[in-house]
Amino acid sequence: MADATADGGLTGSHTDKRGRLLTSDGTPLRRALERANRRRKLTALALVAPLLAFILIFFAFPIAQMMWRSVDNPQVVNALPRTLDALQDWDGDALPPEPVFAALHADMVADLERPRREQAIGPLGIRLNYELSAARSAISRTTRDVANFEAPYSEAFTSAHRLWGDVELWRIIQREGRPLTLSYYVAALDREYDAQGNIVKRDENRRIYVSLFGRTLALSVAITAMTFLLGFPIAYYLSVLPMRYANLLMIAVLLPFWTSLLVRTSAWIVLLQQQGVINNTLVGIGLIDDAGRFSLIYNQTGTIIAMTHILLPFMVLPLYSVMRTIPPSYMRAAKSLGARPWTAFRRVYFPQTLPGIGAGGVLVFIISIGYYITPALVGGQTGRMISNEIARHIQQSLNWGLAAALGSMLLVGVLVLYWLYNRLVGADSLKFG
Amino acid sequence: MSSKVKLIALSSAVSVMALSAAANDPVSLTIVSWGGAYTASQQRAYHEPFMEANPHVTIVNDDGSANALAGLRAQAQAGNVTWDLVDMLPSDAQLACDEGIIMQIDHDAMLAAAPDGTPASEDFLPGSLGECFIPQIVYSTVLTYRPAAFPDDKQPSSIADLFDVDNFPGRRALQDRPGTNLEWALYADGVALEDIYDVLATPEGVDRAFAKLDTIKDHIIFWTEGAQAPQLLADGEVAFATGYNGRMFAAIEEEGMAADIIWDGQIVEWDGWVVPADGPNLDTVMEYLYFATDTQRLADQAKYISYGPARASSAELVGEHADLGIDMAPHMPTNPDNYFAPIVLDNDFWVDYGDELRERFANWMLQ
Repeated sequence: MADATADGGLTGSHTDKRGRLLTSDGTPLRRALERANRRRKLTALALVAPLLAFILIFFAFPIAQMMWRSVDNPQVVNALPRTLDALQDWDGDALPPEPVFAALHADMVADLERPRREQAIGPLGIRLNYELSAARSAISRTTRDVANFEAPYSEAFTSAHRLWGDVELWRIIQREGRPLTLSYYVAALDREYDAQGNIVKRDENRRIYVSLFGRTLALSVAITAMTFLLGFPIAYYLSVLPMRYANLLMIAVLLPFWTSLLVRTSAWIVLLQQQGVINNTLVGIGLIDDAGRFSLIYNQTGTIIAMTHILLPFMVLPLYSVMRTIPPSYMRAAKSLGARPWTAFRRVYFPQTLPGIGAGGVLVFIISIGYYITPALVGGQTGRMISNEIARHIQQSLNWGLAAALGSMLLVGVLVLYWLYNRLVGADSLKFG
Repeated sequence: MSSKVKLIALSSAVSVMALSAAANDPVSLTIVSWGGAYTASQQRAYHEPFMEANPHVTIVNDDGSANALAGLRAQAQAGNVTWDLVDMLPSDAQLACDEGIIMQIDHDAMLAAAPDGTPASEDFLPGSLGECFIPQIVYSTVLTYRPAAFPDDKQPSSIADLFDVDNFPGRRALQDRPGTNLEWALYADGVALEDIYDVLATPEGVDRAFAKLDTIKDHIIFWTEGAQAPQLLADGEVAFATGYNGRMFAAIEEEGMAADIIWDGQIVEWDGWVVPADGPNLDTVMEYLYFATDTQRLADQAKYISYGPARASSAELVGEHADLGIDMAPHMPTNPDNYFAPIVLDNDFWVDYGDELRERFANWMLQ
């Protein structure tokens, strides 16, 4: 550009025949700018690349894999290719004909000849048992003798285990004989397939997940409301104190952050149980009698109390950072213009804290909706949340498909709520501090 | 001795040492178990003597058994097996075995025979061996109560009393899973011990068990972790608690908790070893297994914790508690005085019906 000015402006040699601007070395200006921009973008990309790669590998990829697991259904296809072929024309009304049983026999014998790690019958039994109780032992018991079976195979199978004579099992094999399935989501919504293949509600006494989702939502809302009620005055007080006192008090707010989660949770058990500090004190000073001790733990109350305490800093910090920036002169101005203190607070101060409330609320709500250790320890039965059920299926029942379906539903639920929040309030207004 | 002979002797000695060193490269075994008093008992009864006899082996304890299934599957799928040996329950072992992520065991070929020559497959208690599973101990889930919660002349003595709120008031701590609770509900409702699982396999039987549980539902606190049950008793939170007999023994005998065990209807189960397939130190693991599951070693473990050895031949070798000096035999679930009305947990039943009953139980707990 210095050259251009020295030559007396953008004339002569600095435009080409078509009138495009050129830089001093003769390249078109637009290309030179593009190149410079690209370089800047590449530098920026190189700077964020480590974090981006980290997020992709350890966050996006596992989530994608989890969602994949919730529909992945390889077990029947891997184990029974011939049987599925033979089942193609079966109408699902009566027991399948002999050729299907012969194909099943061929499949099972072929599987036994594979190396153990590649055998598909074991996973098949576990998979079918999710749909029909005792299907696993039908398969494992049959596997033991299948090499000695002789035609007619339908008789051999049905005498090996009663379930082979149950049309239900064959319908499940046919239905799940596809590489992708919706059945984990069907189960996660407390529904099942009926004999005609329609999705219907489960037997009433086996429905758990939908109500658990509802309860998780209700508990999270309650915990968010509690942290707001307790956190707002603290944050306000901190924001009006002189800095050095405010810092001291801030340490008190942050202290829970620096204590192990398990220690904090166990401390609540000591305080809240029926023979605990709070009940003993109340009985000691005669407020309640021995039989009237409060049940403060191993129920929803316990979950709400302990989680409110643990999540309080997540509400206080964004509130404090927003309140700190509200000039005290606004309130004074409102009052000098004739507003009573309450009106001044309600119409001048409070609206300015909304970005902090939104940020704190979203943080606390989203963290608590997936919380897991504290509800497991202090929640008893009524204070447990959906994440406890997900953990159980991951760690104990090993039904990762169902866990993935529940987890995906939770993830989508959170995203929908965030989207709603964005539509109603606007995500730009969030202020995390 | 000529110098030449000396030289040969020396060089051969050196080469022998070199050979044995090659065979004894340092090995570190990662053994996964339940932690706490249980791992401590294994440490003293199995790990320490084995390491003494094999100085090149170091044993590292990992307290991951509660989530062993998930760990085994994750390691197998990642193709990076870091666990050498895992302590787990037989129902979990059956699932892992069906998935092909743990080794099949040839018990007679891999395990020591009894001192009198009885092969392993006959020496281990009937029904305890699994396709991929080597039992170590028999443990039981027992009903325990606080005598102070009841008048002296009216102390509970049976599973039926657990379900009798009128005569034995007070809160009850039960485990938050269907297994054990449904069996006891049927037993208390008058079903014969040997018919319990047949009844429970029918829809009517399940309804009957839940109806019986309904009668005490308002008085139940559910526990999840094994340590919670004795804690609830010790804190005076409950009058009855069900729990693992070893934990209850430790709380009563070692820590002086005022509580008594009711052996009626004790629910007996095995616990034992499984070997992850494709582990890094299979040879050493096999040596360890042969050593740690022999008659003497299984009897030794009972010196440290009140779980019964899984071999018949170990029973007569069970002695006194290593630290307390009390005779351990009366505290064993398998002692004849305690084994008068046992329910042997049917793992096949629970692998088959567990999912369905667990859903129903969870639903019932929430209502």
